[in-house]
Amino acid sequence: MSEHELRVSKIRDGTVIDHVEAGQALNVLAILGIDGSEGFGVSVGMNVPSDRLGRKDIVKVEDRELSQSEVDVLSLIAPEATINIVREFEVVEKNRVTRPDSVTGVLSCPNRNCITNAGEPVQTRFDVVTDGVRCDYCATILRADIAEHIDV
Amino acid sequence: MRQDHLITATQLSRDDIEAVLDRARAVADDPAAYADRHAGRVLALCFFEPSTRTRMSFDSAAKRLGMNTVGMGDVDSSSVSKGESLSDTVRVIEGYADALVLRHPSEGAATLAGERVDVPVVNAGDGAGQHPSQTLLDLHTIREDHGLDDLTIGIMGDLKYGRTVHSLAAALTEFDANQHFISPESLRLPRSVRFDLHETGAQIREHEELEPVLDELDVLYVTRIQKERFPDENEYHRVAGEYRIDAEMLDDAPDDLTVMHPLPRVDEIAPEVDETDHARYFEQAHNGIPVRMALLDTLLENANAAGDEGSEVDR
Ligand SMILES: [Zn+2]
Repeated sequence: MSEHELRVSKIRDGTVIDHVEAGQALNVLAILGIDGSEGFGVSVGMNVPSDRLGRKDIVKVEDRELSQSEVDVLSLIAPEATINIVREFEVVEKNRVTRPDSVTGVLSCPNRNCITNAGEPVQTRFDVVTDGVRCDYCATILRADIAEHIDV
Repeated sequence: MRQDHLITATQLSRDDIEAVLDRARAVADDPAAYADRHAGRVLALCFFEPSTRTRMSFDSAAKRLGMNTVGMGDVDSSSVSKGESLSDTVRVIEGYADALVLRHPSEGAATLAGERVDVPVVNAGDGAGQHPSQTLLDLHTIREDHGLDDLTIGIMGDLKYGRTVHSLAAALTEFDANQHFISPESLRLPRSVRFDLHETGAQIREHEELEPVLDELDVLYVTRIQKERFPDENEYHRVAGEYRIDAEMLDDAPDDLTVMHPLPRVDEIAPEVDETDHARYFEQAHNGIPVRMALLDTLLENANAAGDEGSEVDR
């Protein structure tokens, strides 16, 4: 068993997010709203050698299985990611991320004059468009800079 | 128009637009027939930003339909400055009125308001976003002069922050208009508007000067370049001077060129142009009355229909 396989399969129950673009691991946790305070075991591998990506990040969350909608949001910053659901040390499910139609409550709008930045009791909502997302309120388009606007 | 609200011009189909404009024509032909149509109903004018003409235009349109209007008074003295959210404010006002007209300095404010209330909401300007009722009266003006097919239009001035421009450009894609955008480099169309135009496959071209395209145009739509968009006052005066229309320039224009402006103007159209056959901006402003009457009539009719069915119409 190689070093790499060991890393991704050694949790007992939970989710392994593999093939994350190098440098995006912490953003993956931010998007999922995981900061350690929930008590889940979380481990992060950064800049792990990868045949497919050159270098990649890996995120493992113990005792938590990600829902499809959570996984879909990850596609915005980690389009190559694979999601492994682990039970009793076995990968019982392996999925690729797919782009969602919209993203609610995860990203903040970069337009300072947007009503979602005006102290209103409102969750942000973005439509997923060609190579980016678009604010449902002010129509501002966010492209490569998506990761900078994740609400942590 | 099947919608409950009018939030952006992008939500309007060609059929929606033509239905409102047909009704506006009917209103203009026989205003007396509409005078009591909505008697007993109340329109709330929620202007979180100073406005005289748009507010008065809606006020007058509502009263000519037999409605009463309520307003917020001076923005500074209202609860806005006490920190009440827009969400709460419109929810309260919903109980006072059968429809709501909203102007607000933040982009997306009307979208949010539309999500919070069940009465029809009309966006009368959200920051640098949209101003779709202005677009309907612009289209009405163009239609009366040239029709809306095979149109070539030049839109000039502040294309970046000009919400009337954003709404008009979006609506014109429904008619396959040839659109020329003329502005200084720093005030070109924002990415989001350009994205929508490209998505529809619209014919658009961008220029820094009017002169090379002037003789192709059916309509020249001029907007104000605001001083506060420039860090330096000399730069503002230089740029504003380059996008100013006078009678001499229009000597080279086609005889049937229509010159429009959403008003107020400062000095981007010389007063002498008012006396030419090209000037249409005062008629344009006056068209706000039948068009807004037609719009309010349509939205109230939709709201009634939805109420009668006892369920919400499809948004
Ligand atoms: Zn926004």
